[in-house]
Amino acid sequence: MAGKPVTVTDSSFATDVLGSDKPVLVDFWATWCGPCRMVAPVLEEIAGEHDEITVAKLDVDANPTVARDYQVLSIPTLILFKGGEPVKQIVGAKPKAALLSDLADYLD
Amino acid sequence: MPVTDNAPVRNVIVVGSGPAGYTAAVYAARAQLEPLVFEGTQYGGALMTTTDVENYPGFRDAVMGPDLMEQMRAQAERFGAELRAEDVEEVDLAGPVKYVTANGVRYGAKAVVLAMGAAARYLHVPGEQELLGHGVSACATCDGFFFRDQDIAVVGGGDSAMEEATFLTRFARSVTIIHRRQEFRASRIMLERARANEKIRWQLDSEVLEVLGEGAVKGVRLRNTVNGEESTLDVTGLFMAIGHDPRSALVAGQVDTDADGYVLTSGQSTYTNVDGVFAAGDLVDRTYRQAITAAGSGCSAAIDAERWLAEHEGTEEAHKAPELVGGGYAPRDN
Repeated sequence: MAGKPVTVTDSSFATDVLGSDKPVLVDFWATWCGPCRMVAPVLEEIAGEHDEITVAKLDVDANPTVARDYQVLSIPTLILFKGGEPVKQIVGAKPKAALLSDLADYLD
Repeated sequence: MPVTDNAPVRNVIVVGSGPAGYTAAVYAARAQLEPLVFEGTQYGGALMTTTDVENYPGFRDAVMGPDLMEQMRAQAERFGAELRAEDVEEVDLAGPVKYVTANGVRYGAKAVVLAMGAAARYLHVPGEQELLGHGVSACATCDGFFFRDQDIAVVGGGDSAMEEATFLTRFARSVTIIHRRQEFRASRIMLERARANEKIRWQLDSEVLEVLGEGAVKGVRLRNTVNGEESTLDVTGLFMAIGHDPRSALVAGQVDTDADGYVLTSGQSTYTNVDGVFAAGDLVDRTYRQAITAAGSGCSAAIDAERWLAEHEGTEEAHKAPELVGGGYAPRDN
């Protein structure tokens, strides 16, 4: 089954991301961030092609707590969480191939 | 070795997706040239990292940079431009068929429009790359939000430095403009707007030697360009606005550029020194560098390419079958 990005919030973060059985790639984004729009379709593709991870989107405007907790100071930032821990951080919009290679250790 | 795609040789390939690239695509698509556009994975160009664009004609109440680019993109798509969100890895412009390689696949075209734009410049001082995304940023509109009630700095003395500093005062407690000289390249209106802003401070005759901090920016070490004295400015964010460099590395050695890497074009046209290769936008323009001038030159490039193709195709067919094209004279219908 092809997956789709899910939306997470400050209140659902602990359950949906930290408590997830699968690794979760969280996209920290905001509506006013141009480069975030560029990376969004790439993440949709990755969500559709890689069932072994969950792709989640977190709007930093509406959910500032999680962004602050993980010291996100630039968006787009992607953080991969595995077993409740951040294991990989990617800052800035990157080509799909570069994202896949950054995430290679966690993808099938 | 890249594999060549199976499609027949195309009329025109556009490399780039800012106002120049998309406008070239709109014009080429409307001229039935079925352009293939390599947008790159970061489509939209420099306007994607701006907010309100107040000087693009037709938008009385300003338009958001990313919204404007999405409109241009959709317009190109509507007329049949084939858009690919792939980064071009290599070009070969030497022969009558030009090749553009992206994602390991080689695409052939008779004409190529280069519109790769320009990339934000960095200082290349210690600490800068290490702290990129952790307080060092080249996108005020993306990252200003994270510096609410903090003291931050902008490096640069041009319009973009004034614009970013002014924008950042929405969030920050103070914004210090660090500039090497007393004089500014910025236009009077932008400078006056910044000077009138109480949150903006000025650190002139100063250059950044180092970005300080581990894991997060703690400050910058400065040197006075007049007396050489060093000092430290405590800031938690540092925004770059020191200009742009043309993205011409892709065509280096194949197309003539000036010493700074701007692609050279002939007179008022978009013709480069390579037959069938045209260039537009910030890749070419060291003077104006506006969304509207980039769009205008993208339009010129598409028209130049269209006319060049019309002449070129006539000649080619004349070689193959002169009787079909009126005894070898190239037909022109423009």
